[in-house]
Amino acid sequence: MTQVEHSERIHTRIWREDAEPDNPFATRAAYCRGYDVFGQMVGNARWIEMLFLLFREELPNADALDMLEALAVALANPGPRDTSIHAAMCGGVGGSTAAASLIAALSVGAGRYGGAHEVFDAMNVWSTCGTDLAFWAAQAAAGPSDMVEIWPASEHPPGFDPHGVSTATVVCQLLGTLARIAATPCLTWLTEHRPDLEKLMDLPLAISGVAAAAFTDLGFTPKEGEMLYLLLRLPGAAAHALEQEEVGYKRFPFYSVELEDDPAHKEAA
Amino acid sequence: MKRPELLRENAGRLKTRVGACFPGSRAVFRGHDLHADLKDMDWVELYVFGITGRRFTPEQLRLMHALWTYTSYPDARLWNNRVAALAGTARSTGNLGIAAALAVSESSVYGRGVDVRVGDFLRRTWQKLEAGGELADCVHDELKTYRGIAGYGRPLASGDERIVPVMTLAGELGLDNGPHVRLAFAVEQFLLTGRWRWKMNYAALAAALIADVGLSTREYYLYSFPAFLAGMQPCFVEASQRPEGTLFPTSCADILYEGPQKRRWQAAIDSTTAKPTVDHLWNLQSSTPQLNTAPHSEARHGYQTQHPLSPVPGQADQPGRAHL
Repeated sequence: MTQVEHSERIHTRIWREDAEPDNPFATRAAYCRGYDVFGQMVGNARWIEMLFLLFREELPNADALDMLEALAVALANPGPRDTSIHAAMCGGVGGSTAAASLIAALSVGAGRYGGAHEVFDAMNVWSTCGTDLAFWAAQAAAGPSDMVEIWPASEHPPGFDPHGVSTATVVCQLLGTLARIAATPCLTWLTEHRPDLEKLMDLPLAISGVAAAAFTDLGFTPKEGEMLYLLLRLPGAAAHALEQEEVGYKRFPFYSVELEDDPAHKEAA
Repeated sequence: MKRPELLRENAGRLKTRVGACFPGSRAVFRGHDLHADLKDMDWVELYVFGITGRRFTPEQLRLMHALWTYTSYPDARLWNNRVAALAGTARSTGNLGIAAALAVSESSVYGRGVDVRVGDFLRRTWQKLEAGGELADCVHDELKTYRGIAGYGRPLASGDERIVPVMTLAGELGLDNGPHVRLAFAVEQFLLTGRWRWKMNYAALAAALIADVGLSTREYYLYSFPAFLAGMQPCFVEASQRPEGTLFPTSCADILYEGPQKRRWQAAIDSTTAKPTVDHLWNLQSSTPQLNTAPHSEARHGYQTQHPLSPVPGQADQPGRAHL
């Protein structure tokens, strides 16, 4: 067998595998951050503990685990009105592959309107402003950055609902529940100052804003928060995609169209 | 408009100017009957017409074709192509593999991320020069803001093999002397003679040529989407034809683990049940981040700020596809 060059190997602090004696490509034992996954963790560890360990070398305390698990329940299904779930259902109703439905949910749910990059942006705002209302006021006054990147420019303050009228009940419920679990700084401050922030932004807080505060309190970076937001919203996408495949396209919206530049009308004119 | 009227107004219907299909009857594409008015259109012409709503000359379209052709490399080691090839060896579908490979091409160090930045840099710089600015100031400003200039950074010894053929073709088409192309070479000359010694790569030249054709940065970004596509399919095809799982097989020994030593799971359970003694949620471990709620003094105001812990995308050559 050809010896793989040292530079062709994968470096990781997350995962180790020991090979079976008879096959270097078969796993005798797998270790996540040093813990024996199949020998000790499976059957004993919570899924949320495994999730944490993949992102961090040490587990947090029980309150942090409870908070992330509670957030995961809240995010598991954005519901069929959400654009990411709508996209997944388009995959399901048309008989696309399972992966295509989830890719659809990920791609659409990645964006700056209610998606994972909005959480990324909002976490950066937390990093910039912390729990200082004056910084938030400056942030609101400054408006979006003019930096050019692949993402479209921000059209609203991240973490707030540009179409909202008042704070949705579910947003308040999530914020209250998460803040009570561990009394962490950002969530506690957000609970206290939500009306002030909403007045500054002239918009109500959104689920993405609560998630951003929670991820920040849990010590995640914006990139990690973005990943987790994508990941934790996938269960609903999967379930709704499969459901619509069963329901069938005849009962799935196709919408009427108002074509504003129709050559048939030009000819008639 | 009072919220949520904008949503209510748009619910349940599609208002559009770009087109629609009328099954059994006709299809409309940007105000034209697809099967009558546009039936003889070249596909790239239709593609760019779809993005811009504008028409282009045969020479411009020939150049647009070539810019994709010259950067279609069927090398399965390249990160984006590797995704397509891995899909093949894992016996996934071609569409899933290629779609993922194209999505991966929207990278911060090659592909669409660089396209957007260099396109914007060239347009901004040209506007400043037109207004009487100095090239040196523009380059210094860019370096100060981004710590590099997208589209430049190849080591002196290795020029970009695509530059000569594409400039040869552009010359034949009469498209090699536009203002953005001249600017792209002027920037290279400035960087070569300065302390940076950076050469221009294909991303900068392609962006310049297309800027001279008249596409905006966002239009160029969308035009560039299939740029690597033709090189991906062969990678998928070949990996699919070879025995399953034989592309880049990784043995257990090929994973170099650098994390904590083996430890008992029970110890982790015990630590999580302890009540917190600090005002953040993480147990006292030197490797875990501390919660920081203090304002970051150097952060820029704006919705889009750089987290102090986030790495800054590199500008220098990297393996994989960084040179593309």
